[in-house]
Amino acid sequence: MGKTIAEKIFDAHLVDNPSGDMHVIKLDAVFCHEITTPIAINDLVSRKKDRVFDAAKIKAVIDHVTPAKDSKTAMQGKIMREWARRQHIKDFFDIGRNGVCHALFPEKGFVRPGYTVIMGDSHTCTHGAFGAFAAGVGTTDLEVGILKGVCAFHYPKTIKVNINGERPEGVYAKDIILSVIGRLGVNGATGNVIEFTGSAVEKMSMEERMTLCNMAIEAGGTSGICYPDMVTVNYLWDFIKDSYFSKDAALKAFKKWHSDSDASYTEVINHDISELKPLTTFGYKPDQLKEVTEMETVKVDQVYIGSCTNGRIEDLRAAAKVLEGQHINDTVRGILAPATPGVYKQALKEGLIDIFMDAGFCVTNPTCGACLGMSNGVLASGEICASTTNRNFNGRMGKGGMIHLMSPASAAATAINGFISTEHDIKEGGNIH
Amino acid sequence: MKNFNGKILFLDRSDINTDEIIPAKYLTEITKEALKPNLLEDLKLDTFNPESDIQGKNIIITRENFGCGSSREHAPWALEVNNINLVIAVNFARIFKQNMFNNGMMAIELDKPVIDDLFKVFSGKETTLTTDMDRNIFLLQTDGAKKEISFSLSQFDRELVMAGGWVNYADSRY
Ligand code: SF4
Repeated sequence: MGKTIAEKIFDAHLVDNPSGDMHVIKLDAVFCHEITTPIAINDLVSRKKDRVFDAAKIKAVIDHVTPAKDSKTAMQGKIMREWARRQHIKDFFDIGRNGVCHALFPEKGFVRPGYTVIMGDSHTCTHGAFGAFAAGVGTTDLEVGILKGVCAFHYPKTIKVNINGERPEGVYAKDIILSVIGRLGVNGATGNVIEFTGSAVEKMSMEERMTLCNMAIEAGGTSGICYPDMVTVNYLWDFIKDSYFSKDAALKAFKKWHSDSDASYTEVINHDISELKPLTTFGYKPDQLKEVTEMETVKVDQVYIGSCTNGRIEDLRAAAKVLEGQHINDTVRGILAPATPGVYKQALKEGLIDIFMDAGFCVTNPTCGACLGMSNGVLASGEICASTTNRNFNGRMGKGGMIHLMSPASAAATAINGFISTEHDIKEGGNIH
Repeated sequence: MKNFNGKILFLDRSDINTDEIIPAKYLTEITKEALKPNLLEDLKLDTFNPESDIQGKNIIITRENFGCGSSREHAPWALEVNNINLVIAVNFARIFKQNMFNNGMMAIELDKPVIDDLFKVFSGKETTLTTDMDRNIFLLQTDGAKKEISFSLSQFDRELVMAGGWVNYADSRY
């Protein structure tokens, strides 16, 4: 019987099998941010175990609320900063160099095919785009990860989602993952890894695969995962070129992290996207979906473009393409948060920031910001936001606020019209109503 | 190992979620101790007053699906800093249960008829519970009533409890 990629990764990292299907695995990277890590650090200090298993394998960032907005968030930053210094964690990204963790760490080349990664953050599944097993964990698991470089998981079961068909124009990775979540339901993949395969995934860039894997958790998935291929090699090449003779050699090495053809799955889903339309959410759960065109009566107060889902350069390009030469509606507040300093600088270079600002957007520093309703665009009760983020839970961006998730192109079109729209509405002649 | 003996707090409701155990607004706290005064402060239950009913209790007995909702680990911590290390219910939300054992605490499931009976016999009376980890038995006592209830525990969960949680377990083994 063959193995899935997740099973191969587990078997290659097995440390212990304490009971049943519980597997303790060795970690290649432990990622940390300032919301969930300080309490783990304080607990380690109080247990007199203020150590780290390997300072080079711990990567830390202050990204959720930065710059600090009040005394409490300032204290969270302070604890992280002092700990990183004390433990000699070189890859610590403080303000000026910081950005949304799940965009920043891949950009730095910290994730490789076959890696095991944990973080005290549910969207850690993003990093599976590189052919890694990457899972969000609780604070105690994070604490043990920091201290010992291990984590316990049930042996992975996998749902395979084969995404095929020609992608229609105006349909983006975000629309595709929303449609998959709609099919699986918010608990449909609980206890499973979601393997994304198929011709549509093979054609995707790393940025798009990250968008796909980012929302695996919204269907309950432990990790998203894509097979590493030449796209992966090209993305990582600058970081790995000293380890491999050629790109082909790297590809050959990475190919061991593909599932066997006779691997067994909880379920195999064939998902054809050739008829897919741009999607958005209508309720408080990411599986409550409608076509964007069915939602055009909904006026919005704010449009938010950013986050670990859609704050990367390709997302900014897609939105800017719609916004170019346009002005956002007077009734809308537009907020752009490029996910990392690298994204921000590239967008400046390409003139995208000019397009956003000329259209009337506010451009913030790289941060999670409004995504979790803590800063930089919190909604008032009764307000509606079209957002490129990943969660539309009740109160997520501010108590009493309503969120409609969508792609950056749809969000940009919505900002121009003032009501939920697709990029087609703009191309067909600006404000259509 | 933590303490699993003491007085019982009966919470006669199913589906008590982690928001009721510790409201989301306390998630910016950076110590577990800071959660102490806010345990169960939003619990919707007529016969319960958090200000007077938690003090001096060490064990919770409740109905079904305890700890559902957000997976925040602050929920077991808020119990822990109030010296409540044992929750007994018909069943638990998966992550809450894992978090309890990760912290060296116990979330023990008993059959519904057994829980129904415990509510009938002991709820509303001052009841103490003693845990016998060697024989897997809870001894419940109140004036005039005494009962032994056996429980089961997986080997891994038992070892986590013995070690005082996943941090100690992992630190001594790996
Ligand atoms: S951008 Fe939003 S979802 Fe992503 S890590 Fe930050 S808060 Fe979480």
